[in-house]
Amino acid sequence: MNLDAHIPAGALETKWQRYKSTLPLVSPANKRRFKIIVVGSGLAGSSAAATLAELGYAVECFCFQDSPRRAHSIAAQGGINAARNYQGDGDSVFRLFYDTVKGGDFRAREANVYRLAEISGAIIDQCVAQGVPFAREYGGMLANRSFGGAQVSRTFYARGQTGQQLLLGAYGALARQIALGKVTMHARHEMLDLIVVAGRARGIVVRDLVSGTLRSCCADAVVLATGGYANVFFLSTNAMGCNVTATYRAHKRGAGFANPCFTQIHPTCIPVSGEHQAKLTLMSESLRNDGRVWVPTKKGDRRAPHEIPEAERDYYLERRYPAFGNLSPRDIASRAALQVCNDGYGVGRSGMGVYLDFAEAMQRLGQDVIEQRYGNLFSMYEEITGEDPYRTPMRIFPAAHYTMGGLWVDYNLMSNLDGLFVIGEANFSDHGANRLGASALMQGLADGYFVLPYTIGQYLAAAPVLDKSAAEKTAAQTQQECQQSIAALLNIKGKRSVDYFHRRLGKIMWDNCGMARSAASLQQALQAIPQLQEEFQRDLRVPGGGASLNQSLEKAGRVADFLDFAQLMCRDALAREESCGGHFRTEYQTAEGEAQRNDAEFTHVSVWQHRAAGEPQLHREPLQFSHVALAQRSYK
Amino acid sequence: MNFKLHVWRQRDAQDKGRMVKYAVREIGAEVSFLEMLDLLNEELTEAGEEPIAFDHDCREGICGACSLVIDGVAHGPGRGVTTCQLMMRNFRDGADIFVEPWRGRAFPIVKDLVVDRSAFDRIIEAGGYVSCNTGSAPDANVTPIAKQDADLAMDAAQCIGCGACAAACKNSSAMLFVAAKVGHLHLLPQGRVENQTRVGNMVKAMDAQGFGACTNQQECEAVCPKEISVNFIAQLNRNYVRALLDV
Ligand SMILES: Cc1cc2nc3c(=O)[nH]c(=O)nc-3n(C[C@H](O)[C@H](O)[C@H](O)COP(=O)(O)OP(=O)(O)OC[C@H]3O[C@@H](n4cnc5c(N)ncnc54)[C@H](O)[C@@H]3O)c2cc1C
Ligand code: FES
Repeated sequence: MNLDAHIPAGALETKWQRYKSTLPLVSPANKRRFKIIVVGSGLAGSSAAATLAELGYAVECFCFQDSPRRAHSIAAQGGINAARNYQGDGDSVFRLFYDTVKGGDFRAREANVYRLAEISGAIIDQCVAQGVPFAREYGGMLANRSFGGAQVSRTFYARGQTGQQLLLGAYGALARQIALGKVTMHARHEMLDLIVVAGRARGIVVRDLVSGTLRSCCADAVVLATGGYANVFFLSTNAMGCNVTATYRAHKRGAGFANPCFTQIHPTCIPVSGEHQAKLTLMSESLRNDGRVWVPTKKGDRRAPHEIPEAERDYYLERRYPAFGNLSPRDIASRAALQVCNDGYGVGRSGMGVYLDFAEAMQRLGQDVIEQRYGNLFSMYEEITGEDPYRTPMRIFPAAHYTMGGLWVDYNLMSNLDGLFVIGEANFSDHGANRLGASALMQGLADGYFVLPYTIGQYLAAAPVLDKSAAEKTAAQTQQECQQSIAALLNIKGKRSVDYFHRRLGKIMWDNCGMARSAASLQQALQAIPQLQEEFQRDLRVPGGGASLNQSLEKAGRVADFLDFAQLMCRDALAREESCGGHFRTEYQTAEGEAQRNDAEFTHVSVWQHRAAGEPQLHREPLQFSHVALAQRSYK
Repeated sequence: MNFKLHVWRQRDAQDKGRMVKYAVREIGAEVSFLEMLDLLNEELTEAGEEPIAFDHDCREGICGACSLVIDGVAHGPGRGVTTCQLMMRNFRDGADIFVEPWRGRAFPIVKDLVVDRSAFDRIIEAGGYVSCNTGSAPDANVTPIAKQDADLAMDAAQCIGCGACAAACKNSSAMLFVAAKVGHLHLLPQGRVENQTRVGNMVKAMDAQGFGACTNQQECEAVCPKEISVNFIAQLNRNYVRALLDV
């Protein structure tokens, strides 16, 4: 497997600018003749599809929701980072770069991260020009807030609905291109497979979710912007439809999957309330700007929070990490919460929760200010739990949230398969072993607006012309295989629903490959999952047929892929014998219980190659650090 | 808690459809309305029946996918919430609950409780954006925007495009949806430039998609999960008159 990252030569600070100006161009007249498929209409997909169309390419865009505007990006709450230093608090491109590399526990590529930080400012410009109503100060200038893992205020936001506003901006740009006839949009379509001809991505097979019809779509290049796979845990903060199908099926066709075990558990979610639950709700990390996290100092203290005097509260984040306190990075805050709960200090009925308390902030700033900053989050909390967070502290607990791993891509965002580009959460590129808050929106839009539209031109300028008849032959073959796997799912005719299996898989993954992992737990999962998979293949029931809207069938296909993929995740976690970022192996920790990296052996990206028979094969892309010294991450 | 559900079942767009009764038992008060349907669907599946199809995704009131008429009200009895945010504690134990899809000429039924809302996308395609290509933007702080304008724009921009407004309107008018988008962009200097053409084109698209005229019933505001104000409709009307005079 060729894992050359194609990082251009030259100084880190000028690499991207220089490289961009030397990329071969495609003439405007020729662009029209190139067809590009974009799968996904979240921030990454919408921004890419719109920009590619503006440049003159013929674009076809697909999403499984009924409208591109409903992609999961819509749910992002807290904000988007950019190194603008509008607050004059000492921010810079280098500082954002540094924070991101350090936040990722030194497992990301320096060149990619620097480019991301460099582009970040232009994203804000673009969004403001589109009419994104970011929060403003009284003087009319843009407002900022802080997020975990940073000591500057660089996060731009639109109340608690930043993702929504950014996506509506990108969706607007996309809608404009649809109206101009430059983008053909296919909502309620699901990609089921990648068409690969002679080592090149040449199209996809999709299922029209309303009619059930399968169709192949050939193109000069395929862009996957299909989001993350946190739903492998069943319960997560992701939307119900988020899945690994597009990327995993591309993986089965030859694309390397990088760092699948790097998953992020978010510290501030509403605790699980029962078996019936279908998903978990995030309470934006921005709440940690003003909320203080604590548990009682006595084990099993069942008093109501207001009855617990100040002296009997342990503000454990402030105590353990005085420099960053409540704004410690996510992996650290999540693990600390799990630890206090496992030690018996947790609160709430299940004991699996900690307090996030606004009393002090309300005294300092007044309820008005808190309401302005977090009003919608507070009312969301109240609707779900029936408790009023203005009066009683919120109860929070970590939940699966984001996946740093994804398909491997080079500096051009192209996978090891020629012509297959991967952007947004679906790729592995910029966040290393842990993503900082407000950086996913930044990365999705950087990829879609400002990176891919340039780098894809270089590929198209040099790629051989699409051999239509060869592509169509492979397409027919691939489509037939999809048809067969659908028939197979419908024909099991067992007794159990898809959700039944998904819930069980989620539990195996959460218990054994979640916030803390060990060789023993991972091996256990690697035994349990194949058994579950075997049961799935024997006892699944998918009512209805394949020739109409069938939501059970859609879920069945996704869960079938999760069952396969979960094993890859465990394998990866097992192979990485160190702790770093969101990947915490209990065998590898310091005396104080912090993650212990093993730089000598694991300063690399782990890239897995699928093999039709036998176990997947591990390849490594070594990482070099020349601008940031590898150090133990400290937020003390 | 126990409930008697009466759910609209319709095989496909051609089918006539009918209400079907289901009993659901032992539902906790902290269970959400959609989780209750999940539980029912799991039972149906294991009994070999087709589960009830309904649209949903984020389950936290932001994607705009969920879309049920519950006891005759779009998004049900809660105020300022979507169907997915509705908890069973809002219902009386033992109650009969009627569950139907959005109704309206512009929202044809796809299956059971799922409708086709692509008409909304076509209205946005007619002009619900600022025409600026990627890369052509000046520095974000070059144009100051008064905080109250930005805040008001955000009030309108919160629209999740669920379609409850049109589903609740006896004329099936999409005025609140259009007004929210126009209002949001009109309040910002970046959006104001194209205001006249935007208003004309979006209203025309709304008519072409089969939505009715607004006769000021204000049902839309009452069901809007984001509580978007009908004042934006008044503003749209003023803008529309100006657009007409201009043409
Ligand atoms: C609750 C929540 C809050 C968040 N808050 C923040 C925040 O404040 N700041 C921040 O930076 N990040 C935040 N994140 C993370 C961020 O929202 C996501 O990482 C990001 O939006 C992903 O964007 P994307 O474009 O890569 O993918 P998505 O938005 O997930 O879009 C995926 C697209 O792919 C399509 N798709 C997927 N599979 C298929 C298929 N097989 N066939 C066809 N189409 C398919 C979907 O239809 C969809 O259009 C948050 C995440 C969550 C869950
Ligand atoms: S499911 Fe997203 S708004 Fe209800």
